[in-house]
Amino acid sequence: MLVLTLASVSIVILIGVGLYYKSIPVLHKLSWGTLLTSSQWKPLKGLFGFFPFIMGTLWVTAISIIIALPLCLLTSFYITEYAPSRIRKILVPFVNLLSGIPPVIFGVWGVLFIIPLIQNHIAPHFVEFSTGYSVLAGGIVLAVMIFPLIVSIVCEVLNTIPKELKDASLALGATKWETIRKVSIRKASPGIIAAVVLAISRAFGETIAVLMVCGNNAVVPHSVFDPGYPLPALIANNYGEMLSIPMYESALMFAALLLFIIIFLFNIISRIILIRVERRLAA
Amino acid sequence: MIRRKLEENFFRVLMVLATIAVAGSFFLIVGTIFYKGVPFMNWDMITKIPGGGFYIGKEGGVLNAIIGSLYVAGGATILGLLVSIPVAIYINMYLSGKNFIVNSLRIIFDVLFGIPSIVYGAFGFLIMVYFGIRASLLGGILAVTLLVIPILVRTLDEVIRTVPRELRDASLSLGATRWEMSKVILRQIRPGIFTAILLSFGRGIGDVASVLFTAGFSDNIPTSLHQPAATLPLAIFFQLGSPVEEVQGRAYASALILTIVVLIITVLSSVLSKRFSKNSI
Repeated sequence: MLVLTLASVSIVILIGVGLYYKSIPVLHKLSWGTLLTSSQWKPLKGLFGFFPFIMGTLWVTAISIIIALPLCLLTSFYITEYAPSRIRKILVPFVNLLSGIPPVIFGVWGVLFIIPLIQNHIAPHFVEFSTGYSVLAGGIVLAVMIFPLIVSIVCEVLNTIPKELKDASLALGATKWETIRKVSIRKASPGIIAAVVLAISRAFGETIAVLMVCGNNAVVPHSVFDPGYPLPALIANNYGEMLSIPMYESALMFAALLLFIIIFLFNIISRIILIRVERRLAA
Repeated sequence: MIRRKLEENFFRVLMVLATIAVAGSFFLIVGTIFYKGVPFMNWDMITKIPGGGFYIGKEGGVLNAIIGSLYVAGGATILGLLVSIPVAIYINMYLSGKNFIVNSLRIIFDVLFGIPSIVYGAFGFLIMVYFGIRASLLGGILAVTLLVIPILVRTLDEVIRTVPRELRDASLSLGATRWEMSKVILRQIRPGIFTAILLSFGRGIGDVASVLFTAGFSDNIPTSLHQPAATLPLAIFFQLGSPVEEVQGRAYASALILTIVVLIITVLSSVLSKRFSKNSI
């Protein structure tokens, strides 16, 4: 049992080391700085600049958080403070069901619903032409995917706020919303931050759903209607051909390493915040 | 006063709208999949493997992918259980009292849970290259096993924690060894194990990025671990990319199949876990 425990825990280290080992060739040829900031993506010439892909990832992630965060906060406040328990009992299972839907289904939904929506109804108001395959589409699909994650964590954190604090505020004549704004949000802010950090890391790594709706064009997006090409999509899309071009595999493994490092750090940070929140309440 | 009242009502309405949007997105997704998928649904889809010319719209179904997915998700869940039951027991029974170690282990499993499937896919691919395994059912199962171990460990860990302390103490005081005590605990958490299995199976059957590099794709039902296997999500992905309308329709129908399977699994597991929490003290 000890062996199995150690083995499964060491997967973290193994992944890091394995991916790093595989990216050594490309790291030897180009520096970290060049790899991260260059926009030249020409595998055949041995040029691997990840800047467009990093920007693609950042755009998509930022859009999804901007959409999801306010909606999820409002929803969590409604579920914990306003909703009668009858409605709460109906709502919570739906959030769970949403979290069970596989990424590829989100992708299909994005293609069938979000893409035409953007192409025919949203984009024409702002730009002359858009196919709909854009960072906006990726952001919307991702936002829906991270709804359950944010809502469930924020609800949990909100439920741990002592009732006395809220009662005190209400007794002083504050309205419910004022209580939420001045007491709950302030008290829950570490938990909310942790939820956002976790959601960001989830959004960073999401592959197939984003790949299906993002357009996958290796240029830096300049507006939400531009196509983008996030890192995970890059890895997934080029798997087949990577073996025939030297350094390509190494470069893709570097992309995976990059994702791994960022997500690893984000996860650790948010988990530590969440544990602190829990502890403070236990005390 | 009026301004405050207005503010209160404004935000209340906003909250209701946000809640409707979040809960509604579920119906929107499932609704879209049903609306598009049902017209293309037929018996051939789930009873036949792709025939000749399947990818230009001729007859056939996705039985190969359905069976492939069941193999991959099932195999990974079984392998994962073999690893995670001992791990969960070790964390809770043998390390109890060593809080720092236990907490660190829990954080590590949380982090592993957060690592995206594409990284597991890439890592699984590295392992396969290292051991000289080609894209096959075995490779797919291995990659998905890595993916589901954290889910299984976290779920089992939570379930074991709900077992009353007295039960452990009672069996220990009767002279049982820690291993014998663990067997008592395992019997107690049987429904919890089932929940964990369903969660892991649901995740395994729906994931693409981990099997993309590792399981390969094939029009036939795999008969050995070393043959490549099709998986349902990958079949959806490939078919959707086709310019042929018939094939795209099949992608919708396949998506419908996957959605129904996953919904059944999710509902089952939440019903089970509710029943389980009712039983526990």
